[in-house]
Amino acid sequence: MDARDTGGAVMADYVNPVGWLVAAAQGLLYVIAAPLFAAWVKRIKARLQNRRGAALMQPWLDLRKLMQKETIVAHTASPVFRAAPYIVFGGTLLAAMVVPLLVVKLPTTAIADVIVLVGFLALARFFLALAGMDVGTAFGGMGASREMLISAMAEPALLMVVFTVAMTAHSTNLSSVIELNLQTGLVLRPSFMFAILGLILVAIAETGRIPIDNPATHLELTMVHEAMILEYSGRHLALMEWAAQLKLMLYAVLLVNVFFPWGMAQSLSPMALLISFVALCVKLGILGGLLAIVETVFTKMRLFRVPLYLNLAFLFATLGLLSHVILETGP
Amino acid sequence: MNLLHLSLAEQGIFVLAALILLASFFLIAQVRLVAAIHSFAWQGALIAAVTFLVAGVQNTPHLLVSAVLTLLLKAIGIPWILHFLVRKMGLEREMERLQRPALTLLVGTGLVIFSYWAVLPIERLEFGATRNIIAISLAVVLLGLWCMVARHQVIVQVLGFMSMENGLFLAAVASTKGMPLVVELGVAFDVLVAAILFGIFFLQIRENLTTLDADRLNRLSEKEER
Repeated sequence: MDARDTGGAVMADYVNPVGWLVAAAQGLLYVIAAPLFAAWVKRIKARLQNRRGAALMQPWLDLRKLMQKETIVAHTASPVFRAAPYIVFGGTLLAAMVVPLLVVKLPTTAIADVIVLVGFLALARFFLALAGMDVGTAFGGMGASREMLISAMAEPALLMVVFTVAMTAHSTNLSSVIELNLQTGLVLRPSFMFAILGLILVAIAETGRIPIDNPATHLELTMVHEAMILEYSGRHLALMEWAAQLKLMLYAVLLVNVFFPWGMAQSLSPMALLISFVALCVKLGILGGLLAIVETVFTKMRLFRVPLYLNLAFLFATLGLLSHVILETGP
Repeated sequence: MNLLHLSLAEQGIFVLAALILLASFFLIAQVRLVAAIHSFAWQGALIAAVTFLVAGVQNTPHLLVSAVLTLLLKAIGIPWILHFLVRKMGLEREMERLQRPALTLLVGTGLVIFSYWAVLPIERLEFGATRNIIAISLAVVLLGLWCMVARHQVIVQVLGFMSMENGLFLAAVASTKGMPLVVELGVAFDVLVAAILFGIFFLQIRENLTTLDADRLNRLSEKEER
């Protein structure tokens, strides 16, 4: 696909009102499905540990309860502390809108490419860390500094993955990448294999899952994400947790839709959307199961092992880039 | 995109070649001795798989023999010998702390880029579908050499040496439809004999110096003793 072709398509996408409507519905679906996906992972994990586990609706009930509770803010908190939950949630949601969920060509995915996605996530993370430090408790600052340590090394690896994929598709736009993958069908690309491995490692680090951070505990010495949101309560806490679930969902959708886009709708017809929805549910279900298995098999690593882990992610991404150049180009 | 013109088996060869490169990196970065032996065994198995696929794609049945030979020797035989030696010397839990892991891997990446650059003229000459793999095999050779430079553990250095031979074998299979069977048999048994000889050396070094750290060998010289 050449650049002019996508350019024309992008212009057509802007003015399509149905497209905007579907994009809004897709954003809403992200917001609704994110707690469900988190609950799915939790449930499989509970099953693997011979527990029954909470119902799939449990995160929703938790969020509703938190929304109804009184919101308490510390005396020392500045306006940043109050604004941060909305910015974090909003930034994560905007980032999620960039990742195609059911349909390939949408105005939201056409105006923003994957580098914007990384930017939105960085914005959300920046305010999360600010909020962690704002109240001035020891745990908040510690959590913020750890989060920044992890993200400072995860982001280069993520960008290398992005470049690997972009070099194959000749575009940093996620829609174009997915369309290319849909058109070419099953092609074994060494670069994509490395990109998948790198993205999985980065996603686990960025969403604070088990080898890096444990979302289920508030253990003082090891917590990262929980340490930053320790001072929050009520609807602020609900938004922060919702944003974390949204981020997990975002990375999961990024993995399954960019590298395994089979079944995604390329038009806005109801039938295509339905097939796409079913395919997405199956793919996310499998990925959630794999994540639960990983979290059961591995133990949390020491904080100072994390640089080595992310170094591996960077190595994967770099090898992906190199194997694209060495193996996939040429006359 | 030229990858699209290839059959699924040829794409599989590329994926396996990339995995062989990854195994070389693992060999350099593995802190645990046993895990390093395992990654060497995986590299041998991957090379056997590549040979098998090339035999199918290029219709060269004699490569099947070398595929089986590679699998038996490099994926099972030599790792087993090394494993046996490690157990005999009680080094199962031996670990070697890398001085600068990130820098070591970055140098490795640089070697891959260098070998790509060095191989570019050769790639222009040949027209086989698998010619791109020559760069990978040169990189595996250089990474084996780098493994011998960067690591102090004698056994890991031997693994690096053997993986250099893996790289040469990969180049032969990918670019020239394999070496003549006589040569391959000769090389295979050379490697096997080398593994056994290395094993005797390990035991001797261990007995005389009570360590397998190659850096400590410098202390044999008279200057260091004083």
